[in-house]
Amino acid sequence: MKPMKLAALLTVIVTGGLLLFATSDLPDWGDPLSPANASDLSTYYIQDSRDVTEVPNLVTAVLADYRGYDTMFETVVIFVAGLGILSILGQGKCEEPLAQPVASEQNRERDMITIITCRLVVPIIQIFALYVIAHGHYSPGGGFQGGVMLGSSFILIALTSGLPDALKRMSQERAIFLAGLGVLIYAGTGLVCMALGRNFLDYEILHKLMGGTGVKARYDSMLIVEIGVAFTVMAIMFIIYAVLSSKGRMRGGL
Amino acid sequence: MIWSFDIIVLIFLVIAAVIALSVRDLLASSMVLGIYSFLICILWAEMGAVDVAFTEAAVGAGVSTVIMIATVFQTTRKSKD
Amino acid sequence: MDVFLDFLIAKFNYWIYVILMMIGLFAMIAKNNLIKKLVGMCIFQTAIILFYVSIGVKEDARIPILTGHEVPHGGHYHTEDHERPYIDAKTVTNPIPHVLMLTAIVVGVSTLGMALAIAQKVHLHYDSLEEDEILAKLQLGNND
Repeated sequence: MKPMKLAALLTVIVTGGLLLFATSDLPDWGDPLSPANASDLSTYYIQDSRDVTEVPNLVTAVLADYRGYDTMFETVVIFVAGLGILSILGQGKCEEPLAQPVASEQNRERDMITIITCRLVVPIIQIFALYVIAHGHYSPGGGFQGGVMLGSSFILIALTSGLPDALKRMSQERAIFLAGLGVLIYAGTGLVCMALGRNFLDYEILHKLMGGTGVKARYDSMLIVEIGVAFTVMAIMFIIYAVLSSKGRMRGGL
Repeated sequence: MIWSFDIIVLIFLVIAAVIALSVRDLLASSMVLGIYSFLICILWAEMGAVDVAFTEAAVGAGVSTVIMIATVFQTTRKSKD
Repeated sequence: MDVFLDFLIAKFNYWIYVILMMIGLFAMIAKNNLIKKLVGMCIFQTAIILFYVSIGVKEDARIPILTGHEVPHGGHYHTEDHERPYIDAKTVTNPIPHVLMLTAIVVGVSTLGMALAIAQKVHLHYDSLEEDEILAKLQLGNND
């Protein structure tokens, strides 16, 4: 292993040296006139996006509207990663004898105080997650963050009351269904736009269905899209935890 | 942006990264990675990237630490290097 | 001294991004343990995100959530039913790097989960997470 370490060190030093040398060409930190900061695109987003979409949080506006394709396929990547984890570990044959954690599952006493406290905390986490999803237009937040928080509330149940208890509330089938539903909501919004005669994910035309102006339609459909993202992220985060904490057996767990 | 705060957090960041890689206990390594994520999260809040900071706090420090610990629990805690 | 401090502040983020990236790269190449390699991958990934976010910072700028009290740039432009002053783009942080990196973090955790699943599968088959032990067991299997 020694020559490997030496080669790695050499590679790292050469690459790092070159990159450190290249930093002298980068714009100063915090320079408002650097090429990235003074570009027409970022100026356009800052000056015009609120009037076109009525969303004060520029990040949400750019994420869900202008870069809708990007976000949609990121959601698909998360969905595919969840399916990949299930197919790597999920249905693996359980040849090895069930190790000590599962055997101790029955006679392990779970602490009453943590269970009760977490039962009280979980609804609060979920309500806050819904607030984060719904209020993403005005404050930091949105589908990704809210989805992760919803998923982590189920992870909290699994950590305190055991994985079977959490799987009772969110079974594997239900989680996969929700993940697919999220992608469907996102892509379906785009397809409806196409059916009405515009481009894919061009929300403005949706005012024919929702009423109001084109600006309002963009505002509303961003929320729909964020809800789709939240479904997928929530389900996949829980699947990742459930599979990894039980070695794919979907019982036992931490 | 507050440059003094920025420099202090960045130095802590490098220390946390080195510790996470040099500890021989994988559980400790995962925990230090969680600390690293929180440090980088406050760094992003300081740089004005509030959405990124929120995501990192939920994802990097929360979920990825939990799944890392789940894997350590299911495999082994010892590491040779 | 002042010149040196200005230079340090202007470039320190980039130096740390390079150092963190190289720490991650070294761990990915040279570490023997698979989990340690993944820790290196996480550090590498956050280093890239640090680079992007550092590029979007503007001095004395607000966060990219508009409140209606932004500094006007001069001049007005008309929308359907009202007129609004142009916002001075220098006073609001650049939102584009944030958008790019926000999705990268969430995709990063799902790929990390995938990598951990593969590591668990490897541990299931070879009963070890150390690279050299796995290689030895692989060669033993080939000789049979």
